[in-house]
Amino acid sequence: MLIVVCIKQVPDTTQVQIDPVTNTLIRDGIPFIVNPYDTHALEEALRLKDRFGCKVAAISMGPPNAEATLKKALALGVDHAILLSDRVFGGADTLATSNVLSAAIRKLQSDVGEVGLVLCGKQTIDGDTAQVGPGIASRLNYQQLTLVDKIVELDLASRKIRVSRKLEGRHEIVEAPLPVMMTVVRELNRPRYPKVPMRLAAAEATVEVWNNQVLKLDEQKIGLKGSPTWVSKIFSPDRASGEILGDGYADPDGTAEMLIEKLLAKDMLPI
Amino acid sequence: MTPNPTIFTPLLIASLTIFAWGCWKRFSLLSLGKPEERFDNVGTRIGEMLLYAFGQKRVLAKPFGINHSIIFWSFLILLIANTEFLLHGVFPWISLMKLPDGILLPLLLILDIVSLLALTAVIIAAVRRVISPPYPEARTFDAFFILSLICILMLAYFGINAAKISRMQEGALVLAKTWMPVSGAAAGLISPESGAAVYSVAWWAHAFALLAFICYLPYSKHMHIMTAIPNCFFRRLEKPNTVPREDFTVGKTFGVDRVDSYSWKDLLDSFSCTECGRCQKVCPASITGKPLNPRAVVHDIKVNLLENGALLKKGSEPQIPLIGDQGEGSVSVESIWGCTTCGACMEACPVFIEQMPKIIQMRRHLVENEAEFPEELLNLFENMEGRSNPWGIAPSERTKWCSQLQIKPFEKNTTEYLFYVGCAGSFDSRNKHVSVAMAQLLDKAGISWGILGKDEKCCGDSVRRLGNEFVFDKMARENVEIFKERGVRKVITQCPHCFSTLKNDYRQYGLELEVIHHSELLRNLVQDGYLKLDKTTSEMGDTVFHDSCYLGRHNDIYDAPRELLQTATGAAPKEMERNRNNAFCCGAGGGRMWMEEHVGERINLTRVKEALEEKPDTICVACPYCMTMFEDGLKDVNAAGVKVRDVAEVMAEALLR
Repeated sequence: MLIVVCIKQVPDTTQVQIDPVTNTLIRDGIPFIVNPYDTHALEEALRLKDRFGCKVAAISMGPPNAEATLKKALALGVDHAILLSDRVFGGADTLATSNVLSAAIRKLQSDVGEVGLVLCGKQTIDGDTAQVGPGIASRLNYQQLTLVDKIVELDLASRKIRVSRKLEGRHEIVEAPLPVMMTVVRELNRPRYPKVPMRLAAAEATVEVWNNQVLKLDEQKIGLKGSPTWVSKIFSPDRASGEILGDGYADPDGTAEMLIEKLLAKDMLPI
Repeated sequence: MTPNPTIFTPLLIASLTIFAWGCWKRFSLLSLGKPEERFDNVGTRIGEMLLYAFGQKRVLAKPFGINHSIIFWSFLILLIANTEFLLHGVFPWISLMKLPDGILLPLLLILDIVSLLALTAVIIAAVRRVISPPYPEARTFDAFFILSLICILMLAYFGINAAKISRMQEGALVLAKTWMPVSGAAAGLISPESGAAVYSVAWWAHAFALLAFICYLPYSKHMHIMTAIPNCFFRRLEKPNTVPREDFTVGKTFGVDRVDSYSWKDLLDSFSCTECGRCQKVCPASITGKPLNPRAVVHDIKVNLLENGALLKKGSEPQIPLIGDQGEGSVSVESIWGCTTCGACMEACPVFIEQMPKIIQMRRHLVENEAEFPEELLNLFENMEGRSNPWGIAPSERTKWCSQLQIKPFEKNTTEYLFYVGCAGSFDSRNKHVSVAMAQLLDKAGISWGILGKDEKCCGDSVRRLGNEFVFDKMARENVEIFKERGVRKVITQCPHCFSTLKNDYRQYGLELEVIHHSELLRNLVQDGYLKLDKTTSEMGDTVFHDSCYLGRHNDIYDAPRELLQTATGAAPKEMERNRNNAFCCGAGGGRMWMEEHVGERINLTRVKEALEEKPDTICVACPYCMTMFEDGLKDVNAAGVKVRDVAEVMAEALLR
């Protein structure tokens, strides 16, 4: 069985600022990271590989420099790493993205072997839509299990999976027949740390690149042309800058008193 | 039975064969180690060897060391008598007695007195080991056996001479009693008739003790008699405050998990250990009840080498793992992570064994090859690699500490000093106050200085000491590139970890910087009149100074911070019981800052309590890690009212407030 993990290279959002004139992200000099939720998807796939001996493929759609993200996946131990990169894929919204990713998963199914599980992070930290995973599931006609925080049972013989979904204030145990698309939350696992010999090997490995000549998708369904969603404006909400009151270092007692008074005045302390 | 060459010669040959075989078996194992250059500066090395091995300088650093030195020097002098004894046993015509009286008589006097000194020292050593051993496990068969042999040798030496004297005629008797007072006195106990028998018994007792000593030597810890001297010769001439670089090429394994991955010098270290236990008595981990014991680490490396040596020579896999819980011969993972890299063990070792780099190399194996480490380090490693600071704070926030100040960026060819603020000075809310104080003092002194601001990156100290050499290597290369590009030559640091890393570790990357710790810089600025104090501060009350390991022991800076405190407060700081090169670690070095401490007493609490013994109003530090450990520790012991201040803050208080 093949497990496919969809990963995305995202800017380290804590370091991103928005250009107030153009309303776009200032990406210059901002380091890229693997979308944090995706690292948990990757880890779970690798754990299943350790347990059941299945193969793991990591795929990512993005510009050529997203190769770095796939190399990180190789360093962690995936068997296949494929970058889906083509100018015509660019400017894609979640619909167009899931079209490309689904096509790649179909191709993996015919080239490498039967896909039993597709794992995605619950959302990316740059777009925050949480739509691509479910989009893939609908396109591939897979069962979809979102917000998974635990795989309770995976029975390969009877092709069934039972998972726990983390919902607000409760957990839901759901069973589904394979193949399944799962999106995962951070609580699922603790990602492993790459070993240096594997990092070095990954650095030298070449990541396979599939463009649209390989996937042969209708250009009306991919990239900007295939994207019905536009971002009309992006902005940082104005926040009045605060002021520094007191000096907790020179006068901790006085500062604490002042703070309590202010909180009491605003009725923010339960008494 | 009198001395008989036909019996003695074969015994001597057998003993020397056993000795040579033992030496060969052990010394040939050194060839399993990796190459390491330790043959440079031969002149200096000889000098150091004379001072530390023959001069016993470090042995004498502890009061009981005098006892060892007496045994050692006696051993050297008695080599004359013992060589003569062995030769005489084979060739009876060889004898000291043939020397002219002018040489013979003083020599006999020296040998007689020295033998008495040695006998006394050996008895004291044995009694001490029974009553109050250096550490409880020191009461070994090995130790008592060798002490007994030396004791027998000395007694037999007196026996031989006393028997000879007892049979002398009047004239010679007086002469002998004058020049051999001890043997002469003993001769009084022997009747002329029994003289021959006593001589025979004493001679053979001496012979068997000496031969047993020769046979046993290479198979015991007393092998240090032969290895300690070369170990002092081959010691690292510079302070062992760093670790060797690693070569990151595909197909290699990293760090050390088998003895043959160590260098030959590391293996020689293990053969040189005298098991005196001085390292464990100063080790903060050992003292506070952690599994780490530096003596045991070195001992386990030796046992592992001896057990696996034959297999490794054949190219087979080792049988006993170097890292694991298999008891003797294996070092446990817990002890590997317990090290604060404070360097106290290396400072205490009389024969210059380098424990710290060995432990770090085992950490490298765990981190780099196995990705196995305490889980709290995962975030640290990712933060360091991704955001170049331990907390994972956005690099854009590096300059927040100085948002209220006017600080110039470092400019190539214009700015003289780079103030390398460091991660703690930039992000840690308590330590930001030290950075501000420093900025104000530097401005007051009117020197040309600037910062790298958002472009400053972490020096990588913690990841290197934690064994993540791969990430350190990346960080070091980036920093070296930045420093070279910006034309940085002089760097001021307020953190001894940044200080030591920039100064010592980056030299391995071809970067020679003039790195100045802020305590030295401020002291110099006062001395040279750039900072003029017309008053002292009484704010601090009585102060006590805590030495940072990476400033003191690792870089020999002890006086600057003390002089600074004296200048700023008008009084010398009080000293804790353990100070200067004997100072006790705060517990944060070696990356322990980022790890939990579950076993035994907390190291920082031990040190805080020691500081409070001096009843200070202010505990003064010169390191951000020490600052955090003391601030935390004081809260834990509820010592309200006692402050912790960096030396720069004390200085700023005196000068600016």
